[in-house]
Amino acid sequence: MAYIDLKNDLPGIRGPMAFRPETAKPLNELAEILLHSEDNTLSRGDREMIGAYVSSLNDCFFCQNVHGAMAQHYFQCSMEDIDSVKNDYQSAVISSKLKALLSIAASVQHSGKSVTNEQINIAKTVGATDKEIHDTVLIAAAFCMFNRYVDGLNTWAPGDRQLYVERAAMRADEGYAASNPHR
Amino acid sequence: MFRPATGKPLYELAQVLLRGESPLSAADRELIAAYVSHRNKCVFCGSSHAAAARCLYGDDKKTIVDEVLHDMKQAGITEKLKALLHIAGKVQVLGKEVRPADIDTARHLGATDREIHDTVLIAAAFCMYNRYVDGLASFTPTDPEVYAAMGERMKDGYSLPNDIKE
Repeated sequence: MAYIDLKNDLPGIRGPMAFRPETAKPLNELAEILLHSEDNTLSRGDREMIGAYVSSLNDCFFCQNVHGAMAQHYFQCSMEDIDSVKNDYQSAVISSKLKALLSIAASVQHSGKSVTNEQINIAKTVGATDKEIHDTVLIAAAFCMFNRYVDGLNTWAPGDRQLYVERAAMRADEGYAASNPHR
Repeated sequence: MFRPATGKPLYELAQVLLRGESPLSAADRELIAAYVSHRNKCVFCGSSHAAAARCLYGDDKKTIVDEVLHDMKQAGITEKLKALLHIAGKVQVLGKEVRPADIDTARHLGATDREIHDTVLIAAAFCMYNRYVDGLASFTPTDPEVYAAMGERMKDGYSLPNDIKE
C-alpha cells in the first residue's frame, strides 16, 4: 500500500499522477517526447528498452515491466528476449549501437559523473549521433526520477507480468502526452 | 539549449514543483533540491539551488542552507523539515530505501501527504536533473558570484529562456 493516501487505487506511477495532476502534466509530456515522439532517429523500441533497462537496474518492478512490455510490442519479440537484454545486454541479439547506448545508460543510472569519454567515443564509432547520445542520457536520467517516484511512495504494482504486455498496444497507440491515469 | 523539445517539460516540471502551489515554502523546496544535488555531487545544481534557497530565505535565515549542506541533522531547522530531508536523502539513494518508519517519523512531526509527496518527487526529479547535467559533462562555472546572481534570477521562477522559444 502506498505510503500516502493517494485517493485512488491505481497501480504504479498512475496513482501519484492522479493525486497530483499539476506535476503529472510535464512528467507525461517528457515521457511523450523522449519515448513516443516520431521526431527521433532512435526507434521507439530502442528508447523503451533503455527505459526498461535502467528501471531494472533501479529494481523498479512497475516501470521495468511497463516499458519492457512496450519494447516487446515495438520489437515484436518475446518477454524472454526483453529479459535477456535486461540480464546481459552484451550477449543479447541487439545492434552494437544499442549496446553502446545501454552502456552509457547504465553509467547514468549509477551517477552522471560515471559516463566516460571512452563510452561516448565508442557510441559515436558505431554510429550514434549527438542527439541520440543526448536522448539516451536524458531517458536514463528521467527513469532515475520515475523509478524513485514510484518506489519512494511505495505504490503497488500488479505481479502478473502478462498484464503489462496486454496494455502495451493501447499505450503505443495513444502515447503518453494525453494519457489519463484512470484508464 | 541543445534540445528545446525536452527543455520545455523540464522547465515546467521545475516551475510547478519548486514554485507552484504547495504546503512547503519555495525556500524549503529549493533546500531539498540543493540537498539532493549536493549528495549527488552535482556542483552546478547544488550551487545554483543553494543560491536560490538563500535568496528565498532572506538575510536573517540564509545561513541554514550551508548548515544543512554541512550537517543536516545539526542544522537550525524544524524537526519536520529534517524528517523530510531525511526522506529526500533516502530517495537520492533509491526509491526502495524509503521505509515506513521514515514516513511515520515525518507524519508524527506534522508532515502531510502533500508535503511527503512533493518531497519525494522533488528528490526524484533532482536525481534526473543532476544526471542530465553531469552525464553530458555540461559546463560548470566555479565562481561563487556566478551562482549568487543565478540564485537571484531563479527566485522569480523557471521558464524556458526566450531566445530558444520557437
